[in-house]
Amino acid sequence: MLKQIEGSRAVAEAIALCRPQVICAYPITPQTHIVEGLGEMVKAGEIANCEFINVESEFAALSVAIGASAAGVRAYTATSSQGLLYMAEAVYNAAGLGLPIVMTIGNRAIGAPINIWNDHSDSMALRDAGWIQLYAETNQEALDLHIQAFRLAEELSCPVMVCMDGFILTHAYDRVDIPSQEAVDAFLPRYEPRQVLDPADPVSIGAMVGPEAFTEVRYLSHHKQLRALGLIPRLAATFKDQFGRDSGGLIRAYRTEDAETIVVALGSVNGTVQEVVDSMREQGSRIGSVSICSFRPFPLTALREVLQHAKRVVVLEKCLAVGLGGIVSDGVRKSLSGIVLNGYTVIAGLGGRAITRGSLTRLFEDAERDELEQVTFLDLDADVVSYELERESAEPRPGPTAEAILRRLGTVASRIG
Amino acid sequence: MDQIVKFYQTGTFTVGNRLLAEGQRSVQADMHRTNSLNSGHRACQGCGEALGARYAIDAAMQATGNQLIAVNATGCLEVFSTPYPETSWQIPWIHSLFGNAAAVASGVAAAQRALGRPHVRVIAQGGDGGTTDIGFGCLSGMFERNDDVLYICYDNEAYMNTGVQRSSATPPAARTATTPAIGSSPGNVFGTGKNVPLIAMAHRIPYVATASVANLRDLERKVTSAMEIDGARYIHIHVPCPLGWGSAPEDTLKVARLAVESGLFPLFEARHGKITDRTPIRRKVPVTEYLKTQKRFAHLFGNPPELGRLALIQQIADRNIEEFGLLQ
Repeated sequence: MLKQIEGSRAVAEAIALCRPQVICAYPITPQTHIVEGLGEMVKAGEIANCEFINVESEFAALSVAIGASAAGVRAYTATSSQGLLYMAEAVYNAAGLGLPIVMTIGNRAIGAPINIWNDHSDSMALRDAGWIQLYAETNQEALDLHIQAFRLAEELSCPVMVCMDGFILTHAYDRVDIPSQEAVDAFLPRYEPRQVLDPADPVSIGAMVGPEAFTEVRYLSHHKQLRALGLIPRLAATFKDQFGRDSGGLIRAYRTEDAETIVVALGSVNGTVQEVVDSMREQGSRIGSVSICSFRPFPLTALREVLQHAKRVVVLEKCLAVGLGGIVSDGVRKSLSGIVLNGYTVIAGLGGRAITRGSLTRLFEDAERDELEQVTFLDLDADVVSYELERESAEPRPGPTAEAILRRLGTVASRIG
Repeated sequence: MDQIVKFYQTGTFTVGNRLLAEGQRSVQADMHRTNSLNSGHRACQGCGEALGARYAIDAAMQATGNQLIAVNATGCLEVFSTPYPETSWQIPWIHSLFGNAAAVASGVAAAQRALGRPHVRVIAQGGDGGTTDIGFGCLSGMFERNDDVLYICYDNEAYMNTGVQRSSATPPAARTATTPAIGSSPGNVFGTGKNVPLIAMAHRIPYVATASVANLRDLERKVTSAMEIDGARYIHIHVPCPLGWGSAPEDTLKVARLAVESGLFPLFEARHGKITDRTPIRRKVPVTEYLKTQKRFAHLFGNPPELGRLALIQQIADRNIEEFGLLQ
């Protein structure tokens, strides 16, 4: 059924269709509307046999989900930013225990300075926790990925994060096609736990493992993700057969066939990138783009196939490896091992800084002329930076940086453009 | 007790099982006890926690008709019971993290509701570090939601698994690795720490009790009572740790009994935030009798002894006796 609804509501409706049995809720912007929607649906009796639990922290949210999942039910939670970091220990634990929990990340920057707007710093910080990470381009894809995520998680016995850009997707009202319960039931079978806490068949879960077996346990979690490299595209194909839509998969290439310049990005910014690709193509540029949907497992082979004939690759990242540059770039360059081409890392959209078509056009044109630095910060205000650097070197006790910059910028600091 | 028992028959203050009707005998005396925490685990000799857990979980198993799932915080109990591929647990058991046992248990309990299995009950358990410190947020959350979980804290008054460091349950003056017996006021600081049973009561949860391995029948009875109630329940069990306290392994019960009889560890029950029962002290002993059994307090008995701080500890015991009405 077509609906014009908020992205968060679309996700909530998708989760409801997946027949969750335990949902843990803790508010944090910008994912809050998702759990609010689910709370409403549970309270109204629209989700049968489902427990909705208001917990006291994100650490508890995922911990409750861990208990529920280990006891054999389908468990879901959602978080963002500081919340994801606050539950970090439980994030690793859920993966280590092999519990097929699905969690939405409404992607948001991490403080300090505190910032509620979008970038990918949060989910990227937990990229190696053993969870599968899928990034949605649109609200429709966010909805679809959640349905795929439960099946993926349960087939592999591995938790899955579905990452969607905070505000840009979570708060955007867009047209989405909500599938019927029958269609979702046909795609997503009943949850059959691989391990379960049951008095009829007692097992101990979560024992200590020493050097004698830890490497093997970790190898098997890696192996599980390598299996996911095959399963993710198969599930996307099955999904397309049953729902008639392209959603998910490892990567999605856009006009890359003859491209000399290929832009790689994750999430909603791909929409803007594709528009810029279209307009630059009209001007004769040979440019294309690739959207990475599955960041964990990382699709090395699929990317290599798409990128190997390009002359240059621009990785547009909404996150920063401080002291290094890009996070996504590392994987992209690894996929191109042995192939000589120019690679550029562009850090963009941090803390909600708008990524405009104008800025991207200028950036990609610079890239085509190979005039980019190895690492570029898109739309960095050089005046602000150099003023602050001078001030800090001149004053013996320069005080807090962020506050000094905001003082200088004045009330325009509230702009996000 | 329904049956009149003449104490002289046993020669001690203990009421022996053989003198009781079958229905009144202890769970541990029952041929069908479940040995939930089975023998062969790697606890130290004289471990109070192993003893407390064995009695508590077997009693809970009997009370629930063996329909029990346990969630364990990281700590001694977890480590000594599950050095895989060995496990001492004969019941479904999960260990997730140090600080989240109460929340994981909430999740297990929620799953039982979702699955329509209300008869399957859930226990969370941890040491004092996992309960009063790092797990406190999750514990309070489980309490205020009144989730159907019995949380048992085995309190040995420090982080024993990591090598005896101070927790918020460490008593004043006690020597630990992080409150060493050096300087002008050796050992743990006076006026610190928290009383989690009282904090649990402030949540107005249906059942809170303290218990001690000094009185295992009382411990079993409290666990049984707790399992007859729905909602959030808390039992705080005092369990001596020979290694951390510097007491003799064979003295675990004696040390625990002296803590109770001196008034330092009051035994009581509370329902919905109100104290409903307390165990009177039969023969009050001075705190020095308790403190002298443990090397962690040895610095108090130097030459000359620290009379001032010993008096402060006696004051704590006397205040407990007065507040809880332990001398009747």
